[in-house]
Amino acid sequence: MAEAVMNYDEAISKFDPVLGLEVHVELGTHTKMFCGCSTVFGAAPNTHVCPVCLGLPGALPALNKIGVESAIRIGLALNCEIAQWCRFARKNYFYPDMPKNFQTSQYDEPIAFEGYLDVDIDTDEGRKTFRVPIERAHMEEDTGKNSHVGGATGRIHGADYSLVDYNRAGIPLIEIVTKPITGTGKYAPEVAKAYVAALRDILRGLGVSDVKMEQGSLRCDVNLSLRETPESKLGTRSETKNVNSLRSVERAVRYEVTRHAARLTAGDSIVQETRHWHEDTGISTSGRPKSDAEDYRYFPEPDLLPIAPSREWVEELRAALPENPAVRRARLVADWGLSEIDMNTVVNSGALNLIVEAVSAGVEPAAARKWWTGELSRIANDRGLEIDDVPVTPADLKRLEELISSGALNDKLARQALEGLVSGEGDIDAIVKARGLAVVSDDGPLLAAIDKALAADPAVAETIKSGKLAAAGSVVGAVMKATRGQADAARVRELLFEKLGVSE
Amino acid sequence: MSDLIRKDASELAGLVSSGEVSAVEVAQAHLDRIAAVDGAVHAFLHVDTKGALASAAAVDVKVKAGDKLSVLAGVPLGLKDILATNGLPTTCGSKVLAGWIPPYDATVVTKLREAGIVILGKTNMDEFAMGSSTEHSAFGPTHNPWDLERIPGGSGGGSSACVSAFEAPLAIGTDTGGSIRQPAAVTGSVGVKPTYGGVSRYGLVALASSLDQAGPCARNVLDTALLHSVIAGYDPMDSTSINSPVPDVISAAKRGDIKGMKVGVVKELGGEGYQAGVRSRFDESVALIESLGAQVVEVSCPSFPAALAAYYLILPSEASSNLAKFDGIRFGNRVGDDGTKSVEQVMSETRAAGFGPEVIRRIILGTYALSAGYYDAYYGQAQKVRTLIKQDFDAAFAKVDVLISPTAPTTAFKIGEKLDDPLAMYLNDVATIPVNMAGLPGMSLPIGLAPEDNLPVGLQIIAPAMADDRLYNVGAAIERELLAKWGGPILGLAPELAGA
Ligand SMILES: [Zn+2]
Repeated sequence: MAEAVMNYDEAISKFDPVLGLEVHVELGTHTKMFCGCSTVFGAAPNTHVCPVCLGLPGALPALNKIGVESAIRIGLALNCEIAQWCRFARKNYFYPDMPKNFQTSQYDEPIAFEGYLDVDIDTDEGRKTFRVPIERAHMEEDTGKNSHVGGATGRIHGADYSLVDYNRAGIPLIEIVTKPITGTGKYAPEVAKAYVAALRDILRGLGVSDVKMEQGSLRCDVNLSLRETPESKLGTRSETKNVNSLRSVERAVRYEVTRHAARLTAGDSIVQETRHWHEDTGISTSGRPKSDAEDYRYFPEPDLLPIAPSREWVEELRAALPENPAVRRARLVADWGLSEIDMNTVVNSGALNLIVEAVSAGVEPAAARKWWTGELSRIANDRGLEIDDVPVTPADLKRLEELISSGALNDKLARQALEGLVSGEGDIDAIVKARGLAVVSDDGPLLAAIDKALAADPAVAETIKSGKLAAAGSVVGAVMKATRGQADAARVRELLFEKLGVSE
Repeated sequence: MSDLIRKDASELAGLVSSGEVSAVEVAQAHLDRIAAVDGAVHAFLHVDTKGALASAAAVDVKVKAGDKLSVLAGVPLGLKDILATNGLPTTCGSKVLAGWIPPYDATVVTKLREAGIVILGKTNMDEFAMGSSTEHSAFGPTHNPWDLERIPGGSGGGSSACVSAFEAPLAIGTDTGGSIRQPAAVTGSVGVKPTYGGVSRYGLVALASSLDQAGPCARNVLDTALLHSVIAGYDPMDSTSINSPVPDVISAAKRGDIKGMKVGVVKELGGEGYQAGVRSRFDESVALIESLGAQVVEVSCPSFPAALAAYYLILPSEASSNLAKFDGIRFGNRVGDDGTKSVEQVMSETRAAGFGPEVIRRIILGTYALSAGYYDAYYGQAQKVRTLIKQDFDAAFAKVDVLISPTAPTTAFKIGEKLDDPLAMYLNDVATIPVNMAGLPGMSLPIGLAPEDNLPVGLQIIAPAMADDRLYNVGAAIERELLAKWGGPILGLAPELAGA
């Protein structure tokens, strides 16, 4: 049942929101955190398992070094300190999706701590930067996945039986936890969203995760509390789980502000609990109550050695970090002379890196952007390909542009050449040759085609001569059709007007 | 009964590799012995007749082909039922695992198989290695071949009993607080707990991860060394395994020269609380060591009296977490799943029915010790004691090459005698526990019978980490003198078992 809420503006006028965000990122390592099993998503249930990730008696974990490296790189990209020495711990609790009935995680010794991430949002006073303080980023293993069969809700209550798939068990996770985020005022929802978006961009730039919120490789929990004034002590918080899209992050914060405000104003207290976010209805519902007394009996994992990343290694990783996505974006906007809206189109197409590569191969930024956000995005979409998997290299685009500027290809032919590339018909020159793609530059065949078009529609010549030049379009179109697009449309128009004795 | 069963492992290996005796004959002789006496001893939980004969036959094929064989090829062995064996039951002495067949081999098992060692079956043990008498096995106790009314030690009583009852010349045990050494002491056999990390723990069902270590059991020092060399070595599957060369235990066992060595007697491990006959045999050993040209000095390790208490916080803490996986969901016995109960109820009923009282006692103890608000006072404090124990050992080994003490305070006691008194039971391991707390290697060597009860007494030898070879050197030196004095192995003095 929906709870009472208060109008957002009113709520914000009465209370000061304090945010906290916990983000779980599934790392894109080929193998799991403590065994050699594959991490590929979507395999048949319980096929990516072994004695280690099933927690069979006697099996022991062996640490995935790439997992540790990714954790350090994430820490560095979030301006964190990297621990000189840290350990894994066991978080003990019984649940069937956890093979060992403890989760191997980090507790009081995270690999990265004390960082921050600056995010920009639009405010009434223009664009403004908020600094989100980061408490820690730590390594842990994912659990398996339960599905509850039968019953109406898909929840465990009322189900006929439950199935567990352990393919996900042991996949490396990094949990990134902010400190309480204060001072956002009414912009709390926007800051939350901008933080998760910026984090996603950084993780994507690092290449450590595919950060697909819809597939659960990036999962967000939103903590929120209200206090009367920025000077008051922190209020009781709620923890909203399953907030799995950027839009939901913003909405969940907004909803919780209005819900807390209504309760507090009515004199009710906030229950410290986990809440479930419902994407469809845009509200959260109460989950299980959570108390600080919940006891996971953490202790250092005796089956793993402490991790002591050498300073040389950390510095090596720091030096090799990619440019911060926000900084890079600002640089490219300036270099390429784009508007923020153009840049959004580029980023949303997922082709930013591809465009950057094409530009550094010598393709004009405008052209590279046009092909990747236009024709190549369409081809990817039609063929169900990820944009990164479209087999067009920067060199291909460069050659294509050369042929266009020399007049050997026009726009339409160039698109056909790209189709050929994606279909694996060879390189650009081979395709142009094999498909016979060449602009017809000899006037003879064009004049013949014009004559034919005029003969087919005797009235049109008079119309054009009478000054209605727009009517020329149908003749040019007929000629282009007859030449299978290989004519230069401008030249056809020119020849037509010459023939009819009309000047433009 | 074939005389093959009384031969040493090294001798059997020689007979097999020279083709004088087939490995199948050797295996069959031991299987016959098991059939004859194990009804009384109950060292085995599971005998793999078919598998044993098949792996023996495979060795014979290699002998015929003239292939190079490893040092113990064709020699039979009893394997403690806590090591995972692909296709063979692995119960850990617990009902909760009854019927479980692992889909994989422990690294130790892989090494045994690769060496052509013939695994006869799985040996009895206290449930999940919790105990010092093998009385806590869910499948009934093992009996000491010296006196069937007495305990064979524990937790690895099945392994020590099968060796001393001539059912197998070799066995693998595991030692968390003395479970190889104390059974060796009370059965008149040799047992070694290697340096922590010296032998892979992959596939060893964990009791206490930071203390557990698999090791060799045999009837003499050389056989123990040969088996040690087969199972030791770095394993990337075990993160706590040590990546450095295995100490040359075989050469040390052949050398047996302690002239000029410094040997420390641990003051805190002896005296009051130790049976008179244990003390007298120990004192004789000290004299023997001096007579061999070693210098014996007394060494004090002031933290050792706190070791037992600290151990009984660390062990249950780790065990409470290690044993959480036994819930009936993925493997083993499931109890109470009648379709009406919640998963929590089924887990709870499975655990209540599957675990015996000693296991439940320690899980509760460990759960309590790790609880918020108690962690620092119990687990945290115990870890500090552990550090102090290590420092005591470091200080001692700055002065001496090896340390010695009695292995156990008493000889084998009667079955049932201490079953209702956990503390009395725990005291059996008072001398062996500090070694596990510091991750050091330790040996128990038979040094005679206590005059008052004619039961075996063991000498414990302790060396610094990764100096396991010192154990064998010292053990071999003492053994040579004692064999001469006794006119043969001490196990020759054990009464012949009925049925044999
Ligand atoms: Zn696995």
